[in-house]
Amino acid sequence: MNKSVILSAAAVACLSAVGASAGTLDDVKARGKLSCGVASGLVGFATPDANGEWGGFDVSVCRAVAAAVLGDPKAVDFVPTTGKTRFTALASGEIDMLARNTTWTFSRDVDLKFTFVGVNYYDGQGFMVPKELGVSSAKELDGATVCIQTGTTTELNLADFFRTNGISYEPVPIETNAEAQQQYLAGACDVYTTDASGLAATRAAFENPGDHTLLPEIISKEPLGPLVRHGDNEWGDIVRWSLNALITAEELGVTSANIAEMGAGTENPEINRLLGTEGNLGEMLGLSADWAKNAIMAGGNYGEVFEKNIGENTPIGLARGLNAQWTDGGLIYSPPFR
Amino acid sequence: MTTLTDPPKESFRLSMLIYDTRYRSATIQVIALLFFMLAAAWLVNNTINNLNSLGKEITFGFFSEPAGYDINQRLLDYQNRDSHLRAAFIGLLNTLVVAVLGCITATVLGVFIGVLRLSKNWIVARIMTVYVEMFRNVPVLLWIIVAMAILTEALPSPRDFRGENPEASMAVFDTVAVTNRGVYIPEALFSRSLGDIHVLGDSSLRFDISLDFMAIMAVLIAGLFFSRKIKQSADKIQEATGIRPSTIWKRLGVVFIPLIAVLVALGFHLGYPELKGFNFQGGTHMRNSLLALWLALSLYTAAFIAEIVRGGILAISHGQTEAAGALGLRSGRIMSLVVLPQALRVIIPPMISNYLNLTKNSSLAIAVGYMDITGTMGGITMNQTGRELECVVLLMAVYLVISLSISGAMNVYNSRVKLVER
Repeated sequence: MNKSVILSAAAVACLSAVGASAGTLDDVKARGKLSCGVASGLVGFATPDANGEWGGFDVSVCRAVAAAVLGDPKAVDFVPTTGKTRFTALASGEIDMLARNTTWTFSRDVDLKFTFVGVNYYDGQGFMVPKELGVSSAKELDGATVCIQTGTTTELNLADFFRTNGISYEPVPIETNAEAQQQYLAGACDVYTTDASGLAATRAAFENPGDHTLLPEIISKEPLGPLVRHGDNEWGDIVRWSLNALITAEELGVTSANIAEMGAGTENPEINRLLGTEGNLGEMLGLSADWAKNAIMAGGNYGEVFEKNIGENTPIGLARGLNAQWTDGGLIYSPPFR
Repeated sequence: MTTLTDPPKESFRLSMLIYDTRYRSATIQVIALLFFMLAAAWLVNNTINNLNSLGKEITFGFFSEPAGYDINQRLLDYQNRDSHLRAAFIGLLNTLVVAVLGCITATVLGVFIGVLRLSKNWIVARIMTVYVEMFRNVPVLLWIIVAMAILTEALPSPRDFRGENPEASMAVFDTVAVTNRGVYIPEALFSRSLGDIHVLGDSSLRFDISLDFMAIMAVLIAGLFFSRKIKQSADKIQEATGIRPSTIWKRLGVVFIPLIAVLVALGFHLGYPELKGFNFQGGTHMRNSLLALWLALSLYTAAFIAEIVRGGILAISHGQTEAAGALGLRSGRIMSLVVLPQALRVIIPPMISNYLNLTKNSSLAIAVGYMDITGTMGGITMNQTGRELECVVLLMAVYLVISLSISGAMNVYNSRVKLVER
């Protein structure tokens, strides 16, 4: 009897698991709101402001999709997730999509049954240390205590990095970025490691950001992007092309300032196809003709979103680097709208 | 003359299952059981179908894959290339460590506080009341976080021990380092060690048995055994002659002389923690996560145990105390010889459930980053492999086994101390 009790209890736990495996688009339209999983607070990527309005680089992807699908960038329910809860939330149908600096890996794509629709930030894992330690390279960190967010790829990269370099460390597992910040500032760990963009964002929130330095080593590839569940390719297409619309808009020079004017029709057929004045791309996706226009108007094109949230003029101050358009020597590249 | 005829034989009819009181209750029970089993089967079937439609069938093969992550507190050897099963085993040991430490501390504290709450000293009794109410009425998760925050924020970090005029210095004759990463205490080292026995070869459940430790324990147990023999023979002499021979030096000698001899033979010395590089090296490192969890769980559970102990003492009629007083016993001896032994039979059954609670509450460890089994198998392993159902079911089974073992052991103890009725 005990066995069946355990099994049934476990079954209850995942009863709610699968409800919305197909027809996510219809669900979202019926609900009138997009349910979007984001980080539980990472400056520049996903944080609520003083009025409780979510904003940030990852949040903008959610808003663009909501605008494309529902015509309203504010029609989003933001679900804060931790590194540990995010995949369960997505797999169980609690959220329609996840835009939470999540690294695209083979096993997440294939084994966890998710579809990564693209990359919105090319990142790598870095280390932050207080300047007073006088460390200039990650290889000098033998014996250091390292704060690490548990349930992330960084945890595995860290183990591999120290192992291959034959040096030892003491991991301090931590649940959220906020806790990590507190432990790091209290000196309970010497080093904080996570994606370099996350480190920059965390440091920006410090009282004295200048006292801390990022080490030059980037020890991994972390392509971060939004993802959806396997099994609903139509919905995956919508999220993928909403992201691509933002990227293409930057490439073609469509900005939130000139979009109204360009939306009336231009000489460039690709812009016309993107903004819905030519062809029927919106109809193919099951959306309105001006879906991409709405997505771009939600927060501007990819470049505008980047500059506004994490660019060089913000406290986070990230350079475009790998995240420049392919035409500027970066990796940001969208397939054509045709 | 009367003829006896057999009463007409009643043949069994189906309607009797409902209308005959002899069968009715059995019928109802069978039907209820059927419904329960149907519901359970539906749940299991639904789960399996849903997982299949997601393309995730239930498998446990991932346990032999390399875990890939590190665990800071490990009682046995572990490195990140070991399997997920090994990681779960290390986590299980961490759970058991904090549960055992917590149960012992909570019991000692709880008994003291429970007795002191009944003290005639007004101040002491009030302070204990405040303690009990404060700890009992705030969720244990908050106490764990508070304990961790205090340890992290209030204690000096290792870099404060550095330099010409360090801000912090080591305690107890420079042997103990109290930092915000944990407490480093001296460790036992043996220069002529006997080595270890490796059990279970290279499997995930392998462990080492320290021969030094076994030798010391063997000598200690033998010493205690002989000490007991000496006491028994002294008792015999006392009964026969009325004179008790002095045994204290003999008894101490028989325990300690062989013990010291074996320690010297093994080359026993202490290894002191020393500041090297980023951290203290050497010594035994008791991490803040362990200390915070241990402290919070003990203090919290002690408040409940105190109430149980107080209830148990109050359950003993006051006449017993007065009778013992009339025999000339002092109040301390009344408590330990008369009241507590009788109170135990009231105290132990609710104590079992508090031990179970403490063990289960230890799963809150992740709040302070203590890698117990919930943190390894139910945390990182689950997250890295995406096998939620398998990990959670196994985790539930593990806690079930731990809890049933604790309550089994405590029930055996209870049946030994309970009142023997004639």
